[in-house]
Amino acid sequence: MNSYDLSALLIVILPILSFTVLGLFGNRFSNRTSGLIGCASLVTTAILALYVAAGYFFDFGLVNGEHVKHIALQFQWLKFTDSLSIDLGIVLDPISVMMLLVITIVSSMVHIYSLGYMKGEDYFERYYAYLSLFSFSMLGLVVAVNIFQMYIFWELVGVSSFLLIGFYFTKPSAIAAAKKAFIVTRFADLGFLIGILMLSYNTKSLDFFTIIDRLTQVGSPYLANFTATSFMGMSALSWALLLVFMGGAGKSAMFPLHIWLPDAMEGPTPVSALIHAATMVVAGVFLVARLFPVFAISAPDALLIIAYIGAFTALFAAVIACTQTDIKRVLAYSTISQIAYMMFALGVAGWGEGKMEGFTASMFHLFTHAFFKALLFLGAGAVIHAVHTNEMEGMGGLRKSLPITHFTFLIACLAIAGVPPFAGFFSKEAILSSALQTQPLIFYVGLFTSGLTAFYMFRLYFRIFWYNPVPEHSHNHETHTWAMNIPLIILGVGAAFAGLIPFGSFVSADGKALELPFHLTFSIAPVAVGLIGIGIAYLLYGKKNEIPDKIASAVSGFYQAAYHKFYIDEIYLFITKKVLFNLVGRPAAWFDRTVVNGLFINGSAETAVATSNAIKPMQSGRLQSYTMFFLGGVLLLAALLIIKFM
Amino acid sequence: MSASTIIFYILATLVVVFGALTVFSRKIFRAAISLLLSLTFIAGIYFLWNVDFIGALQIIIYVGGIVVLIIFSIFLTHHSGQSLPKAKTGKKLLSGIMAVAGLGFTTWVVSQYVFKPAPGVVPVEPSVHNIGIQMLSYSDYGYVFPFEVINILLLAALVGAIVIAIKKSQDTEE
Amino acid sequence: MEQVPLSHILILSSTLFFLGVYGFFSRRNLITMLMSVELILNSVNINFIAFNKYLFPHQLEGIFFTMFIIVVAAAEVSISIAIIINLYRRFKTIDIEDTTTMKY
Repeated sequence: MNSYDLSALLIVILPILSFTVLGLFGNRFSNRTSGLIGCASLVTTAILALYVAAGYFFDFGLVNGEHVKHIALQFQWLKFTDSLSIDLGIVLDPISVMMLLVITIVSSMVHIYSLGYMKGEDYFERYYAYLSLFSFSMLGLVVAVNIFQMYIFWELVGVSSFLLIGFYFTKPSAIAAAKKAFIVTRFADLGFLIGILMLSYNTKSLDFFTIIDRLTQVGSPYLANFTATSFMGMSALSWALLLVFMGGAGKSAMFPLHIWLPDAMEGPTPVSALIHAATMVVAGVFLVARLFPVFAISAPDALLIIAYIGAFTALFAAVIACTQTDIKRVLAYSTISQIAYMMFALGVAGWGEGKMEGFTASMFHLFTHAFFKALLFLGAGAVIHAVHTNEMEGMGGLRKSLPITHFTFLIACLAIAGVPPFAGFFSKEAILSSALQTQPLIFYVGLFTSGLTAFYMFRLYFRIFWYNPVPEHSHNHETHTWAMNIPLIILGVGAAFAGLIPFGSFVSADGKALELPFHLTFSIAPVAVGLIGIGIAYLLYGKKNEIPDKIASAVSGFYQAAYHKFYIDEIYLFITKKVLFNLVGRPAAWFDRTVVNGLFINGSAETAVATSNAIKPMQSGRLQSYTMFFLGGVLLLAALLIIKFM
Repeated sequence: MSASTIIFYILATLVVVFGALTVFSRKIFRAAISLLLSLTFIAGIYFLWNVDFIGALQIIIYVGGIVVLIIFSIFLTHHSGQSLPKAKTGKKLLSGIMAVAGLGFTTWVVSQYVFKPAPGVVPVEPSVHNIGIQMLSYSDYGYVFPFEVINILLLAALVGAIVIAIKKSQDTEE
Repeated sequence: MEQVPLSHILILSSTLFFLGVYGFFSRRNLITMLMSVELILNSVNINFIAFNKYLFPHQLEGIFFTMFIIVVAAAEVSISIAIIINLYRRFKTIDIEDTTTMKY
């Protein structure tokens, strides 16, 4: 085990260590100590991750100019048969190393930021314990060698997300949101599990790379068997992959499983930044990327479905984002939209020379998005921290009192809007250009969404920092919140310059360096659309005026529908409450109450009570009746034995 | 029919009669005296059988110790001249049926079974000498260990009886 | 010498035994119940001695058991009397029907 492998192991181990320490002994430490423990462990992992990434991309991972996978650690954990076992391990390949970087950096930023944001909150040490648990699970997820290992960590991520959404557990809305997130993702994970079972049954393996090998090689018997059966026009393999994708869609909030993410904003804002923007929600994208060769080579039809779901979700979420007034909800829908971008980028990609650009573009967007979306959330957190409300109504004109937040927020907005030379520009360019090559329809949807993105982000920006005139006597709120400012600045630098990284030479579907094409002529359209969006936003929200309300009332029906998130929640409620509850829940509850509880449980208890009451008089306390029973028994036994053996 | 046989039957009749009086008498003091007589006649049977030592023990311990103790406790717990309350008829009937059935069954078994004495053995005189030798013998068939155990039992009974019967100060307050 | 048949002795002892049993069941007074127990023990003693004398005259085992039974009976009576006196002190009666608190 060389130093890189050891570092990779430490990256995973350190957060669980700090979780254990904080979880078990947290209440003995002061808030400051427990915060520092969490930060120290995460900053260390971030440094280790940089070290491993540098080593992987430039040194040991590079073999003949290709990035190959490297198993840093693998051991058998649970053996079923000789060929089928659940292994745990750490694999380093371009996407997992990239994810390690993203997770550790964003997570350490959030840890530091929380020192300021959560100052004085109750259960401070528990908060840090949960954050560490989440970091551990997420890191374990991305380095998984085994699809079942990934599933285990996948669920762990879900649990820590549940815990953190419900962190303010005295608020009923937070509890409801936590439950909603958990149930919706669990429901999606059911599909994932079935998909895993189908894949492992048909390939006789749970190992990622064995599965990929067996399902992508031409003439592989496993592949032939798997694709032989078909259902509704798609092969069994496609169905299995779609079920796996269902799990990913649940975590990544794809339509129609997106409903939990906006509600998840009930959690503390840094948590939203870490889990519900930068890391956990891209797990679905990561999952598809992990199995990308199988998708692209053996089940392009499944990939196409993913592409269309992605494109639809991107547009859908962007429209809703334009109408929301809670700034965190705007960001949540923006997140859904951006993740959908990554999804359809994967969807439009294929296998073979010149078709794999989408994969790299998707990963690139994941990378840059993590920076600017985390930054946006942390900025929003700073704003909420200052004005104590989530609603836009209470904001406006904050640019003087929050100068650093203002500046970094602007960078992030420019980045997400795709304005050169900020990070989002490059990744979005790549996505759109790969879409144009294969699916022009998706390209136009993406282009329009890009304009919408620019519009709603700058709507948000103007509403927070301009709109109202700067109040007189405004003073700087940021002088003593260094813990919040430093992460903002670091992430701001990332959001500004992450796009300049030659990403294609590091991450690609087959490990070979890929030059992301950059055409000046192609870039004109997206940038122009983005600038138009910004311009409209400025006109409508740069200063307080009547135009937005007029527009809203002009398209009142559509506006209301979008404002109410197209009534998806209500549809779900109708299905669950009216249909499922009445048709399934009530009979089941009746059965449970009367048969299971009434007949079996209470029934057996009542029988026991009645029997004991009936035979209680036998214990009369009368010595003579006891001895009479005794003697009668003895005589009877003696008679029996004597007659039998005489 | 030899004299000893006749004496045995007379003694047996007396034992049963006084035993029955013990059980049926409504006056507790008379019951105690009947018990005393019954036990004495049992001792007589022992003397008739030449097991003098056991007969002596019977007189000393039962008649001289146990029955006297019982009479003492009657004095302690009864007002003199009171007759005992009648037992319930149902209970009497039930215990009667049980006792008669048991007796009938046992008699039937005894009459069915043919007892065979151990053949060709030299009888041992059950004298105090022989009993004493075997009682305190360490060798095979020696009874020194049960003897010690019974000592401890007696000691425990002694202490236990005192502990149970002693008058505690808080009892009077209750 | 003509001997009394063993079965007659056994019938004597079982008569005594079941007399004791009847007394134990039908009496309500603890002391009379105790007397019935003495009858039962004595019937057993007669059995032991008779078996020893008639069937195994070369041994003394029956005699030893009789002795031990007498000793145990003495111990038993002393404890019983102590219990009866204690009971009398608490309930002011030694009627078995009135002292049925040890139930359920």
